[in-house]
Amino acid sequence: MYRIVRKKVLNPTVTQLEIEAPLVARKARPGQFIILRVNEDGERIPLTVAGTQPEEGTVKIIFQVVGATTETLNHKEEGDFIQDFAGPLGVPTHTDGIHKVAIVGGGVGCAIAMPLAQEFHRLGAEVTSIIGFRNKDLLILEDEFRACSNELIIMTDDGSYGRHGNVTVPLKEKLESGETFDMIITIGPLIMMKFVTLTAKPFGVPVTASMNPIMIDGTGMCGGCRITLIEDGKRVTRFACVDGPDFNAYEIDFDEAMSRGRMYAEYERHAYDEACNLFRNA
Amino acid sequence: MAVNPKKHEMPTQAPEVRAHNFSEVALGYTAEIAKEEALRCLNCKNRPCVNGCPVNINIPDFITKIKQDDYEGAYQVISLSSSLPAVCGRVCPQETQCESQCTLHVRAKMDPVGIGRLERFVADWHNAHATEKPVAPAANGHKVAVVGAGPSGLTCAGDLAKKGYKVTIYEALHTAGGVLVYGIPEFRLPKAIVAKEVESLKALGVDVETNVIIGKTLTIDELFEMGFEAVFVGSGAGLPNFMNIPGEAYKGVYSANEFLTRSNLMKAYQDDPHTPIMKGGRVAVVGGGNVAMDAARTALRLGAEKVYIVYRRSMDELPARREEVEHAQEEGIDFRLLCNPTEILGYQNPDDPRDPKNGFVTGIKCVKMELGEPDASGRRRPVAIPDSDFTLDVDTVVMSIGTSPNPLIKSTTKGLEVNRHGGIIVNEDGLTSREHVWAGGDAVTGAATVISAMGAGKVAAKAIDEALANA
Repeated sequence: MYRIVRKKVLNPTVTQLEIEAPLVARKARPGQFIILRVNEDGERIPLTVAGTQPEEGTVKIIFQVVGATTETLNHKEEGDFIQDFAGPLGVPTHTDGIHKVAIVGGGVGCAIAMPLAQEFHRLGAEVTSIIGFRNKDLLILEDEFRACSNELIIMTDDGSYGRHGNVTVPLKEKLESGETFDMIITIGPLIMMKFVTLTAKPFGVPVTASMNPIMIDGTGMCGGCRITLIEDGKRVTRFACVDGPDFNAYEIDFDEAMSRGRMYAEYERHAYDEACNLFRNA
Repeated sequence: MAVNPKKHEMPTQAPEVRAHNFSEVALGYTAEIAKEEALRCLNCKNRPCVNGCPVNINIPDFITKIKQDDYEGAYQVISLSSSLPAVCGRVCPQETQCESQCTLHVRAKMDPVGIGRLERFVADWHNAHATEKPVAPAANGHKVAVVGAGPSGLTCAGDLAKKGYKVTIYEALHTAGGVLVYGIPEFRLPKAIVAKEVESLKALGVDVETNVIIGKTLTIDELFEMGFEAVFVGSGAGLPNFMNIPGEAYKGVYSANEFLTRSNLMKAYQDDPHTPIMKGGRVAVVGGGNVAMDAARTALRLGAEKVYIVYRRSMDELPARREEVEHAQEEGIDFRLLCNPTEILGYQNPDDPRDPKNGFVTGIKCVKMELGEPDASGRRRPVAIPDSDFTLDVDTVVMSIGTSPNPLIKSTTKGLEVNRHGGIIVNEDGLTSREHVWAGGDAVTGAATVISAMGAGKVAAKAIDEALANA
């Protein structure tokens, strides 16, 4: 059992938890993820590590309430315990040789993008962060991004905060103005990452996308997290849990990943409604 | 008294009943049947059956105890050699091991003694009646780490604990048991039995640390820094293989590992599960091993209206245990032999890219095969028959065509040598290329049987004991 040390509500649907897990805290690097189960018989879900405090032995996770499991997790309070917490899994984000980086995050993906921005900042790289949200109420981690970015651009779909529009707009402006990056790292909804990739392509800037597919064990056993890369014109299967979660975005078959991500959409909607009813009646 | 030439039948749930539940198929011998079957054993002098057992259980001795109605005595004989008798009595391929060597079978051409069924009877009797907990022996002061709580790791841990070693098992998943809990279904091996075997190991003083992924959470080098003097790696097989045919990314295509893990470990077979799985409809399982049989029979029990086994060779080459194939056939699984998939078909609505049915499996295209000349493995090589394509309409496809070793430990352990398939290289004692690191089970051999993994765990435990006791 793993204790919740601190809980912070970031916006109405996004919550940050710090979990006591000393072994994971000691090892986790930016870009890696953990797998947790909230309760006995619960589902295993992957969540990216949003920061660690090795001295205190805690690991920070940030999640959006999207289904039954995250709804249940959101009802846990400081001092409560969660059943299982395993990691760190996946390969850490590569930072070598990257002196100027653009971090392009969307929605709750910004929770994963933030520790990367911090890491590049710590390593002395020049960091441009472009983060997008549907509206002002959903904005998270503004102060954290500001503290570690040379430039921070906030976008909202409805213009209620920052600039109006999506994240590809300022990215395209920068690239067109001749600015370049050693790497663009994009984290967020698949459709956003696909268009970030398409935006960067004509300029030949390398793009890394952090994938978050359906997963069970997270250790390379089930194959549920497989994605298709197109390497030198050949379609190859890769496993996000052991080969990723970061991949060369130009090689990812995003359309296929989007389709696979919806495999249990109907089931999840139903389970989420049931979980909500449960808490409403409680 | 003349020996009954026939092995006593195993009482089972009727096929039409069991096809719709997850309760155990085989019900086990009663004491009366067990005694009758035990009396068939000739207690012959040369004991060929013992050599046929990968862990060398003293088979005639335990059968003699059954003849004397001393079931606990029989259990004690088995437990000298095996840590998991209730498991082995159920899942060992006895027909190719101990029973294949039985004198009744080899000399008299009769059915061999039902050794596996008797082992199961004895283990179940013990689990139901024994009141004495195993006692942890006096500690010898040595610490050993075991990686993976599957059959090889549990066996290695058990043997070392009985000798006084302080053993810690590190398990990546949230439950101990390895393939016994994530792979083999409830109807073949009830999980309560596995849990009981793990509990008896804990009573011997073994610590089981779940949620620790060796190679990630801790490395093997760190285990030595923590004071462990030897490490046994029993991390199992890894990445599932796919056929690399078009359509394998459609929704509804699973690896057998994923399909079985969802149903078994994550309990998706229960009502209102927290983990989803595709239930019902029409299902094709590709492959012919025991895992394929487990997947097909699981699909049936999850409510499928039709389940196919698609296998590219013929019934003679089918690698699954005969008993499992017969059970599957009785339950109505449709075997499409000499068939090889060439493509998985999926739904695409040309007028509506947002149609929720888009990207789901609709069928599997196959080609008929015939057997040609024997290949390197000695089996006749299947060759496609031109223009014999046909399509099976299905909603779910389960790929059960083996696994490749997991790279997590190899990539984080300097000096650990692997073969070209990625299996860890060991000598006859299970010792790897790294000093004081032993390995066994599927991590070494690739996908094999529970009992051979247990045998490897046993061999390594003996070697570790010799190395540390004389250190």
